[in-house]
Amino acid sequence: MSQNKVDQYRRQFLAQASAVAGLSIAPGVILNTVHAKPADQAASDKNRWGLLIDANKCASNCNKCVTACHVENGVVPAGKINYKTDAQWIRKVKLTDRQTGHVQTIPMMCQHCANPPCVDVCPTNASMKREDGVVLVDKHACIGCRYCMMACPYNARSYIHEETTEQKYPRGKGTVESCTLCVHRIDDPNGPIDPACVEACNAEGHKANPF
Amino acid sequence: MKTPRYTEIEGRSPGFFALMAVLIAIIGAGVISAFIMHGEGHIITGMTNRIVWGTPHVFAVFLIVAASGALNVASIASVFGRTVYKPLSPLSMVLSMTILAGGLVILILDLGRPEHLLDVPLTQFLYNTMPERWTHSVFGWNFILYTGFMFIVGIYLWFTLVKRHNKYAKTASMVAFLWRLALTTGTGLIFGFLVAREAYDAAILAPMFVVLSFAYGLALFCLVLIPAYAWTGRELGDVIVNRLRKLLGIFVAAALYFVIILNLTNFYSAAKADGIQNFLLFGGNSYSQAFWIGQILLGTLAPLALTLLPGFKSRGALIIASLLVVIGGLSQMYVTIIGGQAFPMDMFPGKIVESVIGDGAIAEYSASLYEILLGLSGIAITLFLAVFAMNVLRILPESLADKDIDPHHSA
Ligand code: SF4
Ligand code: SF4
Repeated sequence: MSQNKVDQYRRQFLAQASAVAGLSIAPGVILNTVHAKPADQAASDKNRWGLLIDANKCASNCNKCVTACHVENGVVPAGKINYKTDAQWIRKVKLTDRQTGHVQTIPMMCQHCANPPCVDVCPTNASMKREDGVVLVDKHACIGCRYCMMACPYNARSYIHEETTEQKYPRGKGTVESCTLCVHRIDDPNGPIDPACVEACNAEGHKANPF
Repeated sequence: MKTPRYTEIEGRSPGFFALMAVLIAIIGAGVISAFIMHGEGHIITGMTNRIVWGTPHVFAVFLIVAASGALNVASIASVFGRTVYKPLSPLSMVLSMTILAGGLVILILDLGRPEHLLDVPLTQFLYNTMPERWTHSVFGWNFILYTGFMFIVGIYLWFTLVKRHNKYAKTASMVAFLWRLALTTGTGLIFGFLVAREAYDAAILAPMFVVLSFAYGLALFCLVLIPAYAWTGRELGDVIVNRLRKLLGIFVAAALYFVIILNLTNFYSAAKADGIQNFLLFGGNSYSQAFWIGQILLGTLAPLALTLLPGFKSRGALIIASLLVVIGGLSQMYVTIIGGQAFPMDMFPGKIVESVIGDGAIAEYSASLYEILLGLSGIAITLFLAVFAMNVLRILPESLADKDIDPHHSA
């Protein structure tokens, strides 16, 4: 039974896992045109946000999306870089096919799962899924139990191990955070703006990230 | 059988104060560690974004599992009608509550933001028990299971200690027995629900926790009972000691049986056999050592010998066997909880995964002193509360000498 569940969580990677296709589709992707959401309107299920990543276009030596994200969201290491404990909202992952040896890289961040296990397990409901599909953590409700991190199949979440510096949006030691799909951008009163990673990728000309 | 006379233990001797002082010192060290952890952040511990549950969870889950097992002596006496154990029931109930308390304190102190617990309205926890969330937060469920356990065992104890309520004790014992089964199953399910992690993806994990709890709980029970009688100069007859010894042996054997089944099942699943299973059992790492030396050799085979072989009849042998069972239990939790996280998740089947944060690689972990002190303080809290309870409540029979508990016993 659980295997099915994992498959369900992984379904967006099925296309990607075969060497032929190179698409990783985050859930809730819509292909219709998006209209600006008036500022006073709450997130609704009219628009479902998602990222479409073309792994074939992602350049192996490029790290622009990662940098852009961490600059945008003020996710900087407090001291010297320590990959084990620093927050990583997005990271580059190198995939080598065990059979063909085919190498790809992709950016890896919270997949904003259709049925997010992190939300399922959270005892305080601090982990939540908005109507428009964005999975977020309420920093004021999170007790820092890390159960969601145990449950996430993508290692997409980070625990804040030390005091944060240069923060731009509320962050807090002792809580858990992950990619917000740049909610502050997609909720922009003047209409949705591409998340920082997408913007950076497009500017780089790789265009692996149509939003 | 005579009705035993229960009395408090005295609380004025230097020995009593010395014991309490040592326990308070350990608790203090653990609480200070927790405060430093909160001040500095978990950065000072061995925990990382990969090993998110560290040594405190090893102790906490061990204690929570053992708590329900400690209730066994009372259950055996009333649910299964073995009257020899009846005089031990109150201690069994008290211990099950204090062990649970010790485990929960560790869990709470290890949270990143324990203070947020106070902000989360109770309704949020209750919401987690609503039908539409039943398959969801087992953690929320466990919250209800834990508080319910305290409440029910508390009432059970009250019915047992107060004579005019004795008639309800039987019903209460039944409820408590069913509740404790649910509690241990729930604890097992915390892991069972982590579908993403291979180590926990087994239906057998929850029942195995129930069987393990028998041995862990009884071991802690013996570790409290025997010294309590020796240090207060009360008589503890061979009948009880030998019964407990045999019972512990049987529980350890049952636990071994389940551990073998679990591992065989995992070996039959091809994917696991050369993945996580191989890693935990034959990886040549601290987890395989903890498994073979800690869990199997020290925690299972040695206590089996000490309890079931005819040569070991002393109380000392039972104490050592119990201590070894505790060590085995902590080892088992270490392998399950930390080993289970250290092994990388199979994020993209068929692909080798690499990244700067160590996707696809085995995560390193070494416990920090803070975590160990916090874990040990949970055990100290358990013992402190237990000794305190024995001091203020009448839960220990004045004598458990053979002639007092077994009229047919011929010396
Ligand atoms: S944190 Fe993990 S489980 Fe939760 S939505 Fe993101 S990818 Fe899915
Ligand atoms: S760490 Fe925070 S967000 Fe994650 S499960 Fe616990 S309370 Fe929820």
